[in-house]
Amino acid sequence: MFIVIACMLAGIAVGFIFRHHKARFIHRLILTLVWLLLFLLGLEVGANEMVVRQFGKLGFEAFLLAASGTFGSVVAAWLLWLSYSKKSENV
Amino acid sequence: MKGSLIILSFFATGLLLGVFRWLPIGFLNNNASFYVLCLLMFSVGVSIGNEPATFRQFRNLNPRLIFLPIMTIAGTWLGIISVSFFIKDRSLADCLAVGSGFGYYSLSSVLITQYKGVELGTIALLSNIMREVITLLFAPLMVKYFGNLSPISAGGATTMDTTFPIIIRTSGKDYAVISIYQGFIVDFTVPFLVTLFCSL
Repeated sequence: MFIVIACMLAGIAVGFIFRHHKARFIHRLILTLVWLLLFLLGLEVGANEMVVRQFGKLGFEAFLLAASGTFGSVVAAWLLWLSYSKKSENV
Repeated sequence: MKGSLIILSFFATGLLLGVFRWLPIGFLNNNASFYVLCLLMFSVGVSIGNEPATFRQFRNLNPRLIFLPIMTIAGTWLGIISVSFFIKDRSLADCLAVGSGFGYYSLSSVLITQYKGVELGTIALLSNIMREVITLLFAPLMVKYFGNLSPISAGGATTMDTTFPIIIRTSGKDYAVISIYQGFIVDFTVPFLVTLFCSL
């Protein structure tokens, strides 16, 4: 499981070593890999009949988690904003 | 927004091919997606390590605002915890793993699929796309009622790319650096926090 994180840390090291050679292609590569992975995820979801049948229920759970998580973070940011705007005017 | 639609269409294409069995099932049984994921994480790492200049502009930040990413993460978790009691068939750790995508749906959904299976992975994909869409749609209302920092928190890991333009428009140009800073930090925590909650 931690292999994935080790890959990222190795990437950071490699990127830093070559920081004077801007790897412009990297963002294109990331986007392409994301497309490929999402395609594979779709394939896996589609081939899994149980997940397909429950798609509506999964979507509802996803909505509950998205709405509550977003709302929680908005309130937390509001608290920081209240303490911040009292003290100073500039960012 | 256009980028999200393209990504969604790749997912939808895969979904249709899977539903109608247009590809041999053996295609899935090898661990291809895991190796692609490792390559993706390596590339994400390279893109971070390759841009040390990003860190330098964070020095001009107001010290108080350094805590914004922590507020984003803590607030998200509190929101998730409060609603997790109503989602009976998911454990709290599963809910927190989904929430810890912070809108970074591509990475979090793929990671969670690897760790926890395709069902929770689907929830993670949908949930984190919804978070991005909620931020894009409601940013003006958030600023009106919860202050200029709120759409930045709502955007989570996406505030240095997809939700950046709407934040600049609603909160103002003064918030560009804090938006990039918060996106960068939260983005970076996603693989760690998702892995953490999936291993609980």
